[in-house]
Amino acid sequence: MRIWSLYRLISAAVAAFILAFVLSMAPAGAQERPAVNNPGAQGVSEQQLLDELGKIQGRVSIPDRKATTLQQPQGRDYQTFERTALPWVGAFIIVGTVLSIALFYLIRGRIRTQAGESGQKILRFNALERLLHWTTATAFIVLAITGLNLIFGKRLLMPLIGPEAFSSWSIWAKYAHHFVSWAFMLGVVLMLLTWIRHNLPDRYDAKWLKSAGGFFDRSNRTHVPAGRFNTGQKLIFWSVVVGGTALSVSGIFMLFPFSFTDVNGMQTAQYVHAIVGLIMIAVIIGHIYIGTLGMEGAYPAMGSGSVDLNWAKEHHSAWVEEQQGKTGARPPPHTAAEPAE
Amino acid sequence: MARMKFLCDAERCIECNACVTACKNEHDVPWGINRRRVVTINDGKPGERSVSMACMHCTDAPCAAVCPVDCFYTTADAVVLHSKDLCIGCGYCFYACPFGAPQYPRVGNFGSRGKMDKCTFCAAGPEGDSTEVEYAKYGANRLAEGKLPLCAEMCSTKSLLAGDGVIIAAIYKERVTQRGYGSGAWGWQTAYRETVDV
Repeated sequence: MRIWSLYRLISAAVAAFILAFVLSMAPAGAQERPAVNNPGAQGVSEQQLLDELGKIQGRVSIPDRKATTLQQPQGRDYQTFERTALPWVGAFIIVGTVLSIALFYLIRGRIRTQAGESGQKILRFNALERLLHWTTATAFIVLAITGLNLIFGKRLLMPLIGPEAFSSWSIWAKYAHHFVSWAFMLGVVLMLLTWIRHNLPDRYDAKWLKSAGGFFDRSNRTHVPAGRFNTGQKLIFWSVVVGGTALSVSGIFMLFPFSFTDVNGMQTAQYVHAIVGLIMIAVIIGHIYIGTLGMEGAYPAMGSGSVDLNWAKEHHSAWVEEQQGKTGARPPPHTAAEPAE
Repeated sequence: MARMKFLCDAERCIECNACVTACKNEHDVPWGINRRRVVTINDGKPGERSVSMACMHCTDAPCAAVCPVDCFYTTADAVVLHSKDLCIGCGYCFYACPFGAPQYPRVGNFGSRGKMDKCTFCAAGPEGDSTEVEYAKYGANRLAEGKLPLCAEMCSTKSLLAGDGVIIAAIYKERVTQRGYGSGAWGWQTAYRETVDV
């Protein structure tokens, strides 16, 4: 009897405990889904892969390594670069350069040879040097135009000539870019070898930089001494070497797509190629200006190869002295027939 | 009009590659070109997953934005197509495509590619619907015949869904609710900037 009552007491307590437990768990239990057998539970999730690796790669049964990349959201960044950043940055750099030069011309005017022409000539670039210069220059201009076509063509030229004509032109422009690039790359290497010894820093550079080469002296009296190349020309030389190398390396990546890198590497090559290309175009616009319209007496250096002695004395006094030291007291008047271009 | 999309239910894809074969056969795709492919992640390891991938026909398509000759266009069904007559084979669309969809016949020196080829959502190209010229350049135009892409139509596990985005999202959602799990609509966030809530 006593045992029975004890049993009843305990069972009542247990029942109350179970009831309390179930009641306390009920809200949580109602939210849970029925347990399912999820065979993919240990599988990777898309977001996790993108967060950890930036892109998703796997294995494919086709012999194409590029196909192993399932997803590379970096393509969206490339899209923004090509569509928005590149045309605006490009327009800013090129229009900005042209406007700056126009402003410079309006304020400073053409830089004249103070002493006037002497009538005496001194050989500045021999035929081989000029051939090298003009080969590289022609190649660069072809590359610049066909390169700019890829950024601005569909925005500026296509509305004028229509999509079919623009497509035909662009195909030829693409081929020209691919093939002429080799002449440019060879030119950069040969120019480096030909002119590097004249483009190393020397004792005249500090003074040239301090007076900015006399560029902003409207009285035109600042003529700091310089060797064969002044500091400004050296800067052009080194920007062609460095910029040309960057363009060549990134360009070779693009000439042999996916041979050296994956899709993200190809995007990087494009970023480098486009930005360096635009900067080089700006640099070369400045170079063309100062070599033609911007300075009296400068063009013949690369035209006929010989410059007026007075021009040479004003702009490259140390070089003239060195040349005259080589050939005797004074150089003979350059009366020989002009070398064939 | 519908907004056409692809959705690959990764829980169901068994990497049979029937979608790849169906596509190649339906469009007479040349050797070396894969408009669709199946990528297997963590192959051979526990939790491996296969996803069938082709052009996703993106919203604000990257390929179209970077094309230097503007050869892409989007149809009323939001299918991204291109003109092989205008394409110059520069390869930029491949760099822009998040899914590796553009394909090029391997010809030419120094990275010169042939005219780009890619999944058309079985909607071919700008030529007249279901003409021989259209078939030769872009393959079959099933959409014009009222049919959906063949890859999805003949997927044996119905892993690959093709059709109006709203409808295929509803199908996928229902599946996930029924079976209680799902790894989401692969590629949707990147392609459509939205995903299927499950």
